[in-house]
Amino acid sequence: MLDIFKKQRQRYATVNPVTRDIPDGLWVKCPRCHEIQYSGELAKQLKVCARCGYHFRLSARERLKITIDEGTFIEWDGDMGPVNPFQNPEYGEKLARAQQESGLKEAVVTGEGDIAGHRVAVAVMDTRFMMASMGTVVGEKITRAIERAREKRLPLIIFSASGGARMQEGIFSLMQMTRTCAALSFFSSAGLLYISVLTDPTTGGVSASFAFAGDIILAEPGALIGFAGPRVIEQTIRQKLPEGFQSAEFLRQHGFVDAVVPRPLLKKTLAQILDLHRSD
Amino acid sequence: MVYDFERPIVELEEKIAELQRFAGEKGIDLSKEIENLEKKSRELKEAIFSQLSPWQKVLIARHPGRPNTLDYIKLLCTDFIEFHGDRCFGDDPAIVGGIARFRGRAVTVIGHMKGHDTKENLARNFGMAHPEGYRKALRLMQQAEKFKRPVLAFIDTPGAYPGMGAEERGQAHAISCCITGMLTLRVPVISVILGEGGSGGALALASGDRILMQEYAVFSVISPEAYASILWKDATRCQDAAGIMKITAQELYAYQLIDGIIPEPLGGAHRDKNEAARLVGEAIAHHLEELVGYSVEELLRRRFERFRRIGPEYLPGNDVT
Repeated sequence: MLDIFKKQRQRYATVNPVTRDIPDGLWVKCPRCHEIQYSGELAKQLKVCARCGYHFRLSARERLKITIDEGTFIEWDGDMGPVNPFQNPEYGEKLARAQQESGLKEAVVTGEGDIAGHRVAVAVMDTRFMMASMGTVVGEKITRAIERAREKRLPLIIFSASGGARMQEGIFSLMQMTRTCAALSFFSSAGLLYISVLTDPTTGGVSASFAFAGDIILAEPGALIGFAGPRVIEQTIRQKLPEGFQSAEFLRQHGFVDAVVPRPLLKKTLAQILDLHRSD
Repeated sequence: MVYDFERPIVELEEKIAELQRFAGEKGIDLSKEIENLEKKSRELKEAIFSQLSPWQKVLIARHPGRPNTLDYIKLLCTDFIEFHGDRCFGDDPAIVGGIARFRGRAVTVIGHMKGHDTKENLARNFGMAHPEGYRKALRLMQQAEKFKRPVLAFIDTPGAYPGMGAEERGQAHAISCCITGMLTLRVPVISVILGEGGSGGALALASGDRILMQEYAVFSVISPEAYASILWKDATRCQDAAGIMKITAQELYAYQLIDGIIPEPLGGAHRDKNEAARLVGEAIAHHLEELVGYSVEELLRRRFERFRRIGPEYLPGNDVT
């Protein structure tokens, strides 16, 4: 009787944890729409979210893989590592960590290759390496790429992404803005084509130098593009920035980029522009 | 405004002034005492200013009494006429420009403009330019090129303004164009950093044939406060940051990143603006004399070479591997 008052003993089942082999990063969550997707599938979609169209950042190697015709890429200055002009130990450690994590020696990969059969010089910045900040060697590699493109009379494509100048290299990093602009003005006076592709994020010393010096400026959808970063602006004006401020679309609307090109169409668009500039 | 490290100098100067007044009123000859104190004051200034820390130089560079661009233009040049506007959007009071005569020669002058007090600084946006400022500078530089006038550019800015309007009107694009425009100008260009040379906003006017710095000016990729705040999450460590960032004229000259240091009167430019301007004028005249002697091709070749060499091979003690 009165069983209902009897305290029911809770029964627990012991589940033996089965360790399945799930490698890290097999599933990826979209930072915009929070959709969880299989990373293999995402890679097939060029890392564009199937649900909301968010463009995930690409590493330099991933960018080259989807842009340059297979087997045609020749890297330039791949062995050039960073410098530590003021022998700052904190910076030295940071560099070592960035190299380890990214598998790159510096934040930009340069070289030449084909885009749908058109030979081009290309530079790709990689945000995994200290937010692709521009230090002396990033400036040097880009300057050399521009100079080589001029010597070989190749069109130049730079995929920019950067948090800005690399503070730890002081004025040396700031001067890279002038150096890259100088190389570009030489390049330009030779009548050669420079297509600047702005990817997420392109800010600071990079946007205020070579990134905005393109004959043609393209941007990827949703990319953050500007001079000052949004946090700095918010601190300065003491208010929140509106949604979409400094997005690629915002810049197109204000007249600062020629076209916003979704990633799946980017290679085709580049090929089309290159074809229209063919000199033969 | 007086900084703590300047206080002993100011107190001594006040004492000298008082003695002079006293001597005048009472008709007593105190010249010996005054002379002694003046000598002491000089020695004190020398002692204090010969060992300023990098952070103290930052403070001197930002001193509100420090002569600003218009002060220098007026002291260095005659017949100055200010020209306004970028012909696109508006006129930016944070950058001034125009034409003038410098030692007999017609020149174009441009520069960041700070105020001496809060009211002036608000009107000048503390010398932080918007895109229209850089576009005005570029317009005036190209005008100088057309009429074969040398360009004198004065730099004194915490940096380009990080605001909404600035972004909407293409701050990055404006700076990029200003750098390239100055780099390719077919007339001599001399940049003088008067106070703060802050980041890309300063660099926009520093892509010419010569970069000179006043003795207590600073030139940096980012402010010491921001450096400390970003790297150490502690803006109060700005003094440490200033120490390791290599931002003083002396450090940058040692790295051959600038072409000359312009001495300042003892105690800093704000203690004697006429003497400060005389020294700036001497330095500009010296470099200008050399630059006007080059053909346009030679001028541009040297200018490009100057920037080309600031790469990794150039850095002391660094192996590029």
